[in-house]
Amino acid sequence: MIPGIGAFTRDTLWCFSQVKGTMETGTTEADIISTVEFNHTGELLATGDKGGRVVIFQREQESKNQVHRRGEYNVYSTFQSHEPEFDYLKSLEIEEKINKIRWLPQQNAAYFLLSTNDKTVKLWKVSERDKRPEGYNLKDEEGRLRDPATITTLRVPVLRPMDLMVEATPRRVFANAHTYHINSISVNSDYETYMSADDLRINLWNFEITNQSFNIVDIKPANMEELTEVITAAEFHPHHCNTFVYSSSKGTIRLCDMRASALCDRHTKFFEEPEDPSNRSFFSEIISSISDVKFSHSGRYIMTRDYLTVKVWDLNMENRPIETYQVHDYLRSKLCSLYENDCIFDKFECVWNGSDSVIMTGSYNNFFRMFDRNTKRDVTLEASRENSKPRAILKPRKVCVGGKRRKDEISVDSLDFSKKILHTAWHPSENIIAVAATNNLYIFQDKVN
Amino acid sequence: MMLSKGLKRKREEEEEGKEALAVDTWWLDPGHPAVAQAPPAVASSSLFDLSVLKLHHSLRQSEPDLRHLVLVVNTLRRIQASMAPTAALPPVPSPPTAPSIADNLLASSDAALSASMASLLEDLSHIEGLSQAPQPLVDEGPPGRPTGGAPPSLGALDLLGPATGCLLDDGLEGLFEDIDTSMYDSELWAPASEGHKSSPEDGPGKEEAPELDEAELDYLMDVLVGTQALERPPGPGR
Repeated sequence: MIPGIGAFTRDTLWCFSQVKGTMETGTTEADIISTVEFNHTGELLATGDKGGRVVIFQREQESKNQVHRRGEYNVYSTFQSHEPEFDYLKSLEIEEKINKIRWLPQQNAAYFLLSTNDKTVKLWKVSERDKRPEGYNLKDEEGRLRDPATITTLRVPVLRPMDLMVEATPRRVFANAHTYHINSISVNSDYETYMSADDLRINLWNFEITNQSFNIVDIKPANMEELTEVITAAEFHPHHCNTFVYSSSKGTIRLCDMRASALCDRHTKFFEEPEDPSNRSFFSEIISSISDVKFSHSGRYIMTRDYLTVKVWDLNMENRPIETYQVHDYLRSKLCSLYENDCIFDKFECVWNGSDSVIMTGSYNNFFRMFDRNTKRDVTLEASRENSKPRAILKPRKVCVGGKRRKDEISVDSLDFSKKILHTAWHPSENIIAVAATNNLYIFQDKVN
Repeated sequence: MMLSKGLKRKREEEEEGKEALAVDTWWLDPGHPAVAQAPPAVASSSLFDLSVLKLHHSLRQSEPDLRHLVLVVNTLRRIQASMAPTAALPPVPSPPTAPSIADNLLASSDAALSASMASLLEDLSHIEGLSQAPQPLVDEGPPGRPTGGAPPSLGALDLLGPATGCLLDDGLEGLFEDIDTSMYDSELWAPASEGHKSSPEDGPGKEEAPELDEAELDYLMDVLVGTQALERPPGPGR
């Protein structure tokens, strides 16, 4: 199992592995997947949806009989994380949609994850129960209380095996700390704290304390009429627990050091690429708005996604990215239409592979793109039911931008803009990816000889 | 096929704009050489209208998406900056009929306006909530009629101000006698004679203070009537 290193030198072939979700065309909105995340070992894969549910898939142990078939992901646990709420003070309904899920590193037999909607973060414990106690003194086998007067002997309850049950329990609820909509959560490398970011503020939490959080970034102007910029994403450095970054709607990234001051309104580093005058339009700011920011696993780079590109930045160079990849540049001439139908505001995420050599992001028409940073080769693949035969190799797709359209190409005007791949995830060490296409979750793996 | 969300009316308007303004065509023609080069200095008025429509739609949400709002407002500023002539004078001459039109409006729709006024006051805590949560950021003049280089900053709440000031001036104060107005920001109720209400931190527009012209009054009335939708709490089905 090649963890991505040099995988593209032999042109990695991606194969369909599994698809989860209904095949019906009439999708209920609640089933739309809104976040996807592998845990730190890749054993578990969590999804959150618009209906506030979390579904966790677990990878099956590989069987000796089917060595060529890598472990499949099957449902491990399903629970309702968030319910719709009503804010009575403001007469506002709070959506139950899960915006983000982040796993905590495993420290004992149980799994812990954070899930958040617009306003509230919750810490969930997912644990297995395969034994149950029997032989209580004060309760009978059905759980009814026994009259103590009838008890003449005492016995020690024993644990007996039972069918495996996976329980999810909310261990902490971190509420009432965000006036605006939470867009990001990030677990700190100290494993004791995490941050939550909304449009204007970032708060630091201790996992043990739910009634208090520290505000570490506040960009709300004194007069809201002066507001011109919002926070779009935030993440902790993977190794330095004092460092984090946050991105803005103006295409900037700020790196902050919590040792410098309690309130990190002044950044330590400021990353911004000067605007290309030849590409300037009325939509320049909108398309420069960063929808996702991710540290590389090494911690040396950050990757940002704006509407048309993915950029890789070296933490030591603030004035421009070291790499820029065009995701779907053929949309540059369609920006007005995309503004009209609001697609220009879509927020795409981006992910690194385990070795930081390949990056992936989604596009429209259920296409997603991968860029190999070493070979500079890229590929466009599609998540669709048509390509869903077991172990079928995904065929690279191509968008034709004008002139003659070749047989297998698709023209820009034929793209389905309602089919957008906003959320993807890459296994931490293997070439296994999870791609969320509206209400379906596709799992692809590279072809193993 | 691309335009999956049908804003049918706007599309027709854009089609009309396409014929009327040559500058529109480059938006729709991907093969146009101008696409690859610098865009035209002036945006079409339909793009302006579209942006204003988006802004209104965004403001009418019970809890607007702040990012969407900020991006639309900033884009609107860019568009308006490119459309406005360099002079500070508004291109639309201030019609002397403005006050009488206001009176006519008041006379004809008095009941509706005072009803919306009453509901406004009832739901003022909702407005206050708005001032902490996403605050409407309109500081342009009425749609399609730029007021000049740098119009004064106006929050949506301030848009309500002068218009309601007119009503108060007309003697409807009796309606609100028993209401403790100290909790209200007095800036909200500045009478029209003081011109547009500008906040102390007002930016470049400070020197502006154009009189309420006909176009702006229309716009203010629209917003006022429109605020009934703005203030109404979400129904059970939301």
